[in-house]
Amino acid sequence: MPDIKIRAKLSGDETTVKCLMSHPMETGLRKDSKTGELVPAHFIQEVVCKHKDQVVMTASWSGGVSKNPYLSFKFKGGASGDPIEIAWTDNKGESSSASDTIS
Amino acid sequence: MIDAKRRILLKGSLAAGSVGVAAGTGLLAPGQVLAEWNEAAFRAKDIPSALDNLMGADGAEVSERIKIKAPDIAENGAVVPVTVETDLEDVTSIAIIASENQTPLIASFDLTPASIPFVATRIKMAKTADVVAVVKAGGTLYKNAKNVKVTIGGCGG
Repeated sequence: MPDIKIRAKLSGDETTVKCLMSHPMETGLRKDSKTGELVPAHFIQEVVCKHKDQVVMTASWSGGVSKNPYLSFKFKGGASGDPIEIAWTDNKGESSSASDTIS
Repeated sequence: MIDAKRRILLKGSLAAGSVGVAAGTGLLAPGQVLAEWNEAAFRAKDIPSALDNLMGADGAEVSERIKIKAPDIAENGAVVPVTVETDLEDVTSIAIIASENQTPLIASFDLTPASIPFVATRIKMAKTADVVAVVKAGGTLYKNAKNVKVTIGGCGG
């Protein structure tokens, strides 16, 4: 099952969030080495990152982001213990979300 | 697959055929494409049209204030770590582009006033190319580029 790992760290007034998502990120251009058939596109299209229910960043992706995507971003105004939520939706309409607190 | 074959005949290019299949199998599945996802920009085959669709302008001023961190040589094009950072003010979005990829626009990040203009991710690169970062700051587009040599392309095939 797809899942998301989040690490959010506060330093000064900057919170650095790093996360790893499990996803195949198929571009739809790759061929299966055994059958020679194209592997259908399956990639994350949108990632929404929230801090205390406020969106701090939205990412739109193509299949050009590597498999099991890594994402890191920074924002101001976080405090230790605040919740961070990350949610993605892919081109098949599947979605997943996870949350963690700022340490 | 009929679509793919026709395109190969039409354009004499396997690559173009593959894109047709991608569109037919995944991207165009009814009711599954997100409204927010900028399909035109992400499917664009060249940088100006991708930028035009994404940011509403096709040209950007080169700015050394955009810092791109990426390896000089990437042995594996499937996983190229890229970090984009800038000290430009009022940054509202950052886009990452691999100039030689079939669909060059890889990722676009919409920032908020709380955001610090810093994003890092890992991208796929088909071959040696410039990684271009486009930053929209105060309504103006700025860009910078860094060449990455790719030993093994990472877009399958």
